[in-house]
Amino acid sequence: MTVTQLSSWLRIYAELINEHTEELTQLDSAIGDADHGTNMQRGTAAVLAAIDANPADDAAALFKTAGMALVSKVGGASGPLYGTFFIRAAASAGAVTELSSHDFAKLLHAGLEGVVARGKPEPGDKTMFDALAPAVEAVDDALDDGASLSDALAAAVTAANAGRDATIPMLARKGRASYLGERSVGHQDPGATSAALLITAAARAFG
Amino acid sequence: MKKLINEPAGVVTEALAGMGAAHPELRIDLENRIVYRADAPVKGKVGLISGGGSGHEPMHSGFVGLGMLDAACAGEVFTSPVPDQMLEATKSVDSGAGVLHIVKNYTGDIMNFEMAAELAAAETGTEVIQVVTNDDVAVKDSLYTAGRRGVGVTVLVEKLAGAAAEQGRPLKEVADVAQLVNDNGRSMGIALTPCTVPAAGKPTFTLAEDEMEVGVGIHGEPGRATVKLAPAREIAEMLMEPILSDLPFKTGDNVIAFINGMGGTPLLELYLMFGEVARILKGHGIEIARSLTGSYMTSLEMAGCSVTLLKANDDIMTLWDAPVNTPALRWGV
Repeated sequence: MTVTQLSSWLRIYAELINEHTEELTQLDSAIGDADHGTNMQRGTAAVLAAIDANPADDAAALFKTAGMALVSKVGGASGPLYGTFFIRAAASAGAVTELSSHDFAKLLHAGLEGVVARGKPEPGDKTMFDALAPAVEAVDDALDDGASLSDALAAAVTAANAGRDATIPMLARKGRASYLGERSVGHQDPGATSAALLITAAARAFG
Repeated sequence: MKKLINEPAGVVTEALAGMGAAHPELRIDLENRIVYRADAPVKGKVGLISGGGSGHEPMHSGFVGLGMLDAACAGEVFTSPVPDQMLEATKSVDSGAGVLHIVKNYTGDIMNFEMAAELAAAETGTEVIQVVTNDDVAVKDSLYTAGRRGVGVTVLVEKLAGAAAEQGRPLKEVADVAQLVNDNGRSMGIALTPCTVPAAGKPTFTLAEDEMEVGVGIHGEPGRATVKLAPAREIAEMLMEPILSDLPFKTGDNVIAFINGMGGTPLLELYLMFGEVARILKGHGIEIARSLTGSYMTSLEMAGCSVTLLKANDDIMTLWDAPVNTPALRWGV
């Protein structure tokens, strides 16, 4: 995949966030502080502005620009988490103009590890990790079975959406939702929801 | 939503611009959304920085000035500032004596301040110590949550560590004061009505006319339970019991008692609450050595209040009495 395709991943993600801003904020108002949609919208708009102002020659430059824009514009916990995802993805991809399917899977892993290093989530904490981790695993499994990247990402979307839905009955143990204790049960996690959109955007960009 | 705004996205920047117009003794970096005391960096003095989401005014920008903060970083409404802001503020207030980051225990604030401290160490080698406030007894402190929230005690930490820095104490000692204040302070709050974040346009949560939220956070995030509205006397008991039983205050202890308004509650009611709190403390034989009553750490227009008690020793009381000259807190000058 080319740098143009990689940047279309970011563009589609921004579109999806735009479409779901209200929904993300609504989900966040149930268990957080009602700003996830507006924060992510501000962040992804900043990503587009940054990559338009400084078109990247290679994958590392593209993702670094995106990551820094997210860290610098989003704030809250989502800024450092999504920002670190892309900054680590940049380091993994390197200054190349073409990525193989395997490279892309590696990049997703590096991003996920960044999220883990920054937020220290564990499975079942009711966070973005619960959507992201199964998606990354699904890509690995599908590619190992010889699937195309397009098919692997389709499987990843299914896994991410299932992971997102699985956060509904969970008891939050991270972030502001954790203060709710038992009252966090029964609400879909907004972070897992925006993470599932990130995977959906990848599937559309490389499908 | 009825608010005195132009457009939701401009609220924070326009408020900071207005604050600069009102307070020439402050220097406002509008681009980075940082409020500085005009004479920062103060030679030989440890720099104190705090910051957090906007919507809690006067916290933190109203506490910038002599005897308190050197800089405050303002995030979007209820959203932590970003590392760029804390990094810029850290570099700007460091006079060589190091910088203390006072951070309320919210996941986003912690992560962004951590990233800023990493960047400051890498870029300029500035020595930064981070003290996290986590005084809210409404939240269970367990391995399975993000820990207790930092609320009212943050105001006291900023005042007392600010006074210690003004005396010329070194970074480690200023940080020790901040930590001691946090460790000996406890808070709990209630909300009678919700608040509306300008960008969201509708109330963050709902409460029926005859309900209140006990153990509410400063973003209107729920706490222990939604219960039936009660007289102030009973509300004071509900707030004081968890505070007094969490930190074993003893007969004869001196405390700083702080009754904080959440933004939508008048001073009439806050003083009424202070009377109830004073009555309960008297019953326990605890002395109110110093006090503070007013809306210092707010949640936009949310109605309600929080109570903070800090066990005070002689050093704490001396630091409390030290001069302070900020937009929101001023005495001895």
